[in-house]
Amino acid sequence: MTRTRKLLIAVLAVGLAGLIPALAAQTVVGVTATEIKIGNTNPYSGPASAYGTIGKVIGAYFKKVNDEGGINGRKINYITYDDGYSPPKTVEMVRKLVEQDQVAFVFQTLGTPTNSAIHKYVNQEKVPHLFVATGATKWNDPKNFPWTMGFQPNYQTEGRVYAAHVLKNHPDAKVGILYQNDDYGKDYLKGFEDGLGEAAKKMIVLKQSHEVTDPTIDSQIVNLKNSGATVFFNITIPKFAVQAIKKSHDIGWKPVHYLNNVSSSLATVLKPAGLEASRGLITALYMKEVTDPQWKNDKGFQDWVAFMKKYYPEGALDDQANGYGYNVAILVAHTLRQCGNDLSRENIIRQAANLKNVELPLLLPGIKVNTSPTDHAPIEQEQLARFDGERWVTFGELFDAFRKQ
Amino acid sequence: MTSRLARHAGLLAVVALACMLPFVLSNFRLFQFTQVYIYAIAILGLNMLTGYNGQFSLGHGAFYAVGAYVSAIMMDRWHVPYGWTIPVAGVICLVVGFLFGLPALRLEGLYLALATFSLALAVPQILKYFEHWTGGSQGIVLSKPKAPLGLPLSPDQWLYFLTLAVLVILFWLGANLLRGRVGRAIVAIRDNHISAEAMGINSALYKSLVFGVSAAYTGVAGALSASVIAFVAPDSFNVFLSITLLIGSVIGGLASISGAIFGAFFIQFVPNWAQDISKAAPWAIFGVFLIVFMYVMPFGIAGAVGRIWIRMTRSRVLQAGRDPAPAHHAHTTT
Repeated sequence: MTRTRKLLIAVLAVGLAGLIPALAAQTVVGVTATEIKIGNTNPYSGPASAYGTIGKVIGAYFKKVNDEGGINGRKINYITYDDGYSPPKTVEMVRKLVEQDQVAFVFQTLGTPTNSAIHKYVNQEKVPHLFVATGATKWNDPKNFPWTMGFQPNYQTEGRVYAAHVLKNHPDAKVGILYQNDDYGKDYLKGFEDGLGEAAKKMIVLKQSHEVTDPTIDSQIVNLKNSGATVFFNITIPKFAVQAIKKSHDIGWKPVHYLNNVSSSLATVLKPAGLEASRGLITALYMKEVTDPQWKNDKGFQDWVAFMKKYYPEGALDDQANGYGYNVAILVAHTLRQCGNDLSRENIIRQAANLKNVELPLLLPGIKVNTSPTDHAPIEQEQLARFDGERWVTFGELFDAFRKQ
Repeated sequence: MTSRLARHAGLLAVVALACMLPFVLSNFRLFQFTQVYIYAIAILGLNMLTGYNGQFSLGHGAFYAVGAYVSAIMMDRWHVPYGWTIPVAGVICLVVGFLFGLPALRLEGLYLALATFSLALAVPQILKYFEHWTGGSQGIVLSKPKAPLGLPLSPDQWLYFLTLAVLVILFWLGANLLRGRVGRAIVAIRDNHISAEAMGINSALYKSLVFGVSAAYTGVAGALSASVIAFVAPDSFNVFLSITLLIGSVIGGLASISGAIFGAFFIQFVPNWAQDISKAAPWAIFGVFLIVFMYVMPFGIAGAVGRIWIRMTRSRVLQAGRDPAPAHHAHTTT
């Protein structure tokens, strides 16, 4: 009995030992002489399906690249799956991409919780996880997660931009802050306080928080007014941003009002809050707003419109997400060109972390993509814009969050 | 007697086959099968409540979430080994389910479905509210457990075996519960609660208990999912999860134990096939699958399999006086 059991275990162990080397990852995966396989997940269904158009516009752009001969003679094989914005589904789909489809890398996976679910996995498997579609700051952590890289300016970066502007233009201001009591709100708050540096203690007179489940934030606004704050940094999602803008207008509080980019939408925030009440708000932008008439004759904008009409005619021309996807698809194509003929996973992440002054057609003029092995945050410049009662008008120079002031 | 023996032999063969899969399939496929088993446990829980006891739940995703979060918080906060968190999650969900079952006694049919649906709606938001514990909308990132005692298994292989073991134990317990005296009482309440009470069955107690046990099964499934996915967030447990579980339960076969496994295969793989068939409208394809299945197999997959089995072995079944097919148990009042 014990003998057979021992024998069995030995056989099993040998069998397994044979399996393990076969599973060891190769460095060049998903690349042939004629093809590069790229994986992606997007919420084509579920609560965040409005963002699904980003996955589609990226596919349309790769079709354009392939029609024009591909990258170094290789066509892009873009495999994108629906994850319904559900983290377990993202894990399943990304594992399918990596283990079954054998993609060279995954890119632009969308959503903060969804990317959190695969963060460890892709880094353990050493699969490049490029230009993720989320504003959280944690994607820029090359020390612990060297295979992951963000894309858009993260919340902390944006917080620093406002802080720099406050320091320069209102050095004696009393600052009041309203923030949502979660990672998103605290991310912004940290960037802002870090940006103010030493001055933060002296300048910030009141910080008020609210829960995302609160029905209203009226009392917080009243408290902020009573604190005598002359500068108001408003870190809220659209629902509360509307309330904050309305309430401060109604009670006659007129601070210099910085509104986070999350709530900068004309349609969902400023119009419901009242265009008159919204006049004078300041926010930070990094992309050309596709609905803004000032870009009508801009080359980057016109190229995008031509591309949309030819390759993605069903996509909406007034949806900023289609501009976003176009930008990021161009960036990944650029990265692959920079890789030359070495498309090993190591070189793909090395080149992604070695982007220097790359311009994208729908970034605001002057904003450039820069990365390094210690900086996995591609876009760190933003420009402030003021609401003139009709639209956002950019003003002043570009802010670079990490440039020494 | 022979049919019973044949059934046991068949079950053993299935379990033996399941034990061989880890040495044949890729880690990714194993991961998918592990998810199937997790769903199967949750669906068996739902089946007890909806199929056997006739209480509708559109909110079992909530218990799944509670189980997952109990496990995740214990691992993340107190560094409890994942193995211990699974029974704890089950017990907590048992209590929560029992307590929810008490007021639910006053609700019948569609009203109960709505009440449980509200649970499914509320839980993801409540999870965000207790951010200190739950990590808010960002969730909790966990480590994937490795095989213990230096077993030469990959984490996926180990989790597969662990889940399979839990599945076998829970199905064995469930089968004993449902096929015995308690099971007959549960079904009697479903079929006619007044006559059940006349026979001396404490309907209120049984109904609450079934709710508790059902929630416990689903909670255990949730706890296993926390380890397998190595991440929990409110977005993982949206309303759609509850509906998915109900789909699995109905398609697999209500009031059927094996149906839970068929249903789990359905909800794991059919959405993926639908996506392979059409990228543009995968859920429309999924809907077509659903309708076809319901039309062709009105008693679920288990019911259809059972009928085929009867046809093939009619004489023997009649002799044994025992019907292995769950079809005639199927709850058809809706």
